[in-house]
Amino acid sequence: MGTNWAWFHRFGSPPHVYRLAGLLTPWFAWPAALSILAALYGGLVLAPPDYQQGEGFRIIYVHAPSAWLSVMIYAVMATAAGVGLIWRMKVAHAAAASCAGIGAWFTVVSLVTGMLWGKPMWGTYWVWDPRLTAQLVLLFLYLGYIGLRSGIDDLGRADRASAVLALVGVVNIPIIRYSVEWWNSIHQAPSVMKMAKPSMPMEMLVPLLLMFLGFTLYFAAVMLVRLRAEILRRERSASWIREALR
Amino acid sequence: MLVLHRLLLAAPVAELVDATDLKSVGRKAVPVRFRPGAPQLVMSPLVVKNLTVYRGERAILSRVSFELDAGRVMIVTGPNGAGKTTLLRTLCGLVEPEDGQLCWRAVPCSFRDPQYHLELAYLGHDAPLKMDLTGRENLRGLVGLRRVIGPSDVAMALREMQADSFADRAVRTLSAGQRRRIAFAALGLMGATLWVLDEPITNLDGAGEALVQTALSRHLSGGGMLLAATHQPLGLDPLRCDSLALGAARS
Amino acid sequence: MTVSKAASSWQAARIVLQREWLLAVRRPAQVLQPLAFFAVVTAMFPLGYTPELAKLRAIAPGVLWVGALLASLLALEHLFREDASDGTLEQYVLSGQSLTWLLLAKTIAHWLLTGLPLTLMAPWLGVVLGVPLTAATGVMGALALGTWTLSLLGSIGAGLTLGVRRGGVLLSLLTLPLAVPVLVFGARATELAITGDSPTGALYLLGSLAVLGLTLAPLAAAAAVRIGLE
Repeated sequence: MGTNWAWFHRFGSPPHVYRLAGLLTPWFAWPAALSILAALYGGLVLAPPDYQQGEGFRIIYVHAPSAWLSVMIYAVMATAAGVGLIWRMKVAHAAAASCAGIGAWFTVVSLVTGMLWGKPMWGTYWVWDPRLTAQLVLLFLYLGYIGLRSGIDDLGRADRASAVLALVGVVNIPIIRYSVEWWNSIHQAPSVMKMAKPSMPMEMLVPLLLMFLGFTLYFAAVMLVRLRAEILRRERSASWIREALR
Repeated sequence: MLVLHRLLLAAPVAELVDATDLKSVGRKAVPVRFRPGAPQLVMSPLVVKNLTVYRGERAILSRVSFELDAGRVMIVTGPNGAGKTTLLRTLCGLVEPEDGQLCWRAVPCSFRDPQYHLELAYLGHDAPLKMDLTGRENLRGLVGLRRVIGPSDVAMALREMQADSFADRAVRTLSAGQRRRIAFAALGLMGATLWVLDEPITNLDGAGEALVQTALSRHLSGGGMLLAATHQPLGLDPLRCDSLALGAARS
Repeated sequence: MTVSKAASSWQAARIVLQREWLLAVRRPAQVLQPLAFFAVVTAMFPLGYTPELAKLRAIAPGVLWVGALLASLLALEHLFREDASDGTLEQYVLSGQSLTWLLLAKTIAHWLLTGLPLTLMAPWLGVVLGVPLTAATGVMGALALGTWTLSLLGSIGAGLTLGVRRGGVLLSLLTLPLAVPVLVFGARATELAITGDSPTGALYLLGSLAVLGLTLAPLAAAAAVRIGLE
């Protein structure tokens, strides 16, 4: 084993990652809280109502970042799973495991907010809009991943099997998105669905971008906390835990 | 096939040991064990070091090391749950070890190396037979993946295990002992050097046991190797046998 | 002991195919049940919806595709399960052949025994949904490509659920979302064939999925089976 690998394995060792995650968490959590608060104020108070959608458009400040996170988290999860599978790094598997729940939750949030948005816009809670449909399929992918993980008793096997699934899923997600859009373009009159997207005024756009940043930082913070919990659970019989928790 | 294997087996020996030495001892030159302490010139064909296997958090095997020479037997013993089956399956590349090295014919290789697998045959607790096929069809399917065999080869292997009388019945209708005989007929045909057997003589009657013993002895005297997990004595030449006790020594 | 040479990958694949064929002949129920299921599910729609052929024709692509999807899933549950429990898969791993290759052979056998019969059956089931027989070529082309991709996707799911108790439901949960593109393109091609338009575009998309599946799925299935066997 070369020196590079020794470094790699020390870096990926559970105690090291546990400590590092603990150190990093506040550095993500506080900026996340600040930017989300600022974005909420900017989005709910400062930004003017939309000329078409009125006050209802404000749900975009939750909906769009959740949708972004739901996809990004799957990519992060698949990357972690791939690293765990290829380099047999247990911490990477733990990271993938701690991503799944957050990702599934943000998918639910984006679906629910999308439906709430849809009620005043479309007059119904559910329209087979390509983005909503793709989110629904993504939720099923997350549920499958979580189901597979909990279906296998042995942790090592559950890690690797779900990693294979995550990789298959990440290859499939772009294809699913493309096929759903293709399907929608055939079956729906595009004019109904396509929201006119004029360039957003600055007062609306800045809070939105801030919200994206805040959500992403929030994900990082929550993931690190969950990763620590996951490491504790997995390493509960290891000797370093006693010292770490003293 | 065997000629080829013997040549392969002898190859590292011939390189390192004086040729006259080899001739003087004849075929027995291959299984010679070197005394511990003496400089080891020849590496055993099978060397396993520090094999560690975890299931969940429990170490099923921890740092198991052993060597096996051509023509010799390693009997794996231990109480239930000591990890005998896991050891055999890990050795076959079916279970991913946490740690451990394998040297096959003096070359470090992975437990999943296809070349190594070609020289290895594994029989698990249950005979790997399809219930709806006949013994003969099963034999063709099992062995055919590895080597080209004709009906006469199959017939001969079945006859050797005295299984030809029931070889054309669906395996579903056969007794456990009869199934084992069919599995052993397949094992013989696979032409592997290293046999890895899990409880090889369970379910066999006296005659079946004798047949298996004959097959095993022939395999060994042809330079083959055997790794078996068993509770029962196999009835093989004790001079050929070593044993590896699992469970008791583990901390 | 006989002197014989090592089997090539083609010979090994032939052995796998022969064995699957023999097994299917010995146990025809496993082949026939998904077909019967497909027929029953399709027959339920007119009963649950309307006997008017014109209305049924409008939903025929979806009905045929969902029926075929569920029927292949039903068969996929058995793809590796028996082989895992009787030790056949272990012998595959140890055969010295590439596991990816052997599993591909097995998946081909599976498609020949379920996907192909489903494909051949679909135009006739279409008739009860008001689909004209002139659409048969398009319907069959779409289903042939689509069920092939499904078999490949399903081989991953079947491998992953090997170690799972009552894995059948989970297999559906894993495989169906992945099969969304197949369903979308397949149903579209079928729809075009029924309305008398050219389904070529959708068939090309299905074909590219089939090729992509052929390149990637056996690798993932082999990885999944190795993990499942532990």
